[in-house]
Amino acid sequence: MELVSYPQGWINLLSGAWHWSVSGLAIAGILFMMTYLGRSFGVSTAFKNMCTIAGAGKKYEFFRSDLNNDYWRLAFVAGAIGGGFIASTFLAGPDVAISAATIDHLQQDFGMAYPQGGGFLPVEIFNFSNPKGIILTIIGGFLVGFGARYGQGCTSGHAITGLSHLQLPSLITVIGFFIGGLAMTWLIMPLLF
Amino acid sequence: MRLISFFSVGILFGIVMTKSEAISWFRIHEMFRFESFHMYGIIGTAVVVGALIIALMKRFKVKTLRDTFVSYTPMPLRVSRHLMAGSIFGLGWALMGACPGPMFVMLGHGFWIFGLVILSATLGTFTYGIVRDRLPH
Repeated sequence: MELVSYPQGWINLLSGAWHWSVSGLAIAGILFMMTYLGRSFGVSTAFKNMCTIAGAGKKYEFFRSDLNNDYWRLAFVAGAIGGGFIASTFLAGPDVAISAATIDHLQQDFGMAYPQGGGFLPVEIFNFSNPKGIILTIIGGFLVGFGARYGQGCTSGHAITGLSHLQLPSLITVIGFFIGGLAMTWLIMPLLF
Repeated sequence: MRLISFFSVGILFGIVMTKSEAISWFRIHEMFRFESFHMYGIIGTAVVVGALIIALMKRFKVKTLRDTFVSYTPMPLRVSRHLMAGSIFGLGWALMGACPGPMFVMLGHGFWIFGLVILSATLGTFTYGIVRDRLPH
């Protein structure tokens, strides 16, 4: 195991592609840490907190809350931005190895070349110089923010935390995530790209 | 001090989301097309191991650092609300290829357009807060 006997070896090990089971375990580890810190892991309430900070509580009761109970989430979100910076700067790995079937479909049906954007984002669509991308970005973000609050949680709150607590409402919400996601992927996106 | 802990776990989260490739628009697209097991493997492992961890923490009455026991305040079961809300969320998730956590991680990657995504998600949440009285719950 010479590979892991010096720091660079560790970094190489971290920057390579992770097996899905390693990633799943790591996410369970984060759930454990958040739970041990005494909070229920969920990200989307950060959008609500930002509304409250912007003063939405003055007019709308829904946004009136004591932020002292929410600063932890904003600290977490700030960390997530920092983690993204660290990962992209120091731990950049090979392009995301999506399946050949998906690559073919993107090329033939959407006219998207792959790999691009480091395997993270179709930059030809989602960038500030593409009006269509900007419109889709605004619509997509809006749907996520609206749906998450309507359903009282997003992927972290329902699919990870809620399901780990064996909550039926979370299971139903996750089924909803897939109804919407499948409709977008199979019915709407072919009309858009 | 407490905030630094959450900030640190956030950093870890950003790294894990990146290396798991869960922040990739292409991975999410591939998942919804059922063309790879990758994302299902990640979520499945996280939920099974997570459920085990939570069950053990409850079973052995682990005290959290806030001096509480591990618990979850159940939400009232409203099938149509959660299906409807989940579907709206899912439409956006598939289009953006990112749910709320990864949106912030992508911003950290320097994909600045995610600043706009986060802004419009905040606007979506704000809109919900305004119209919620008129929505079925």
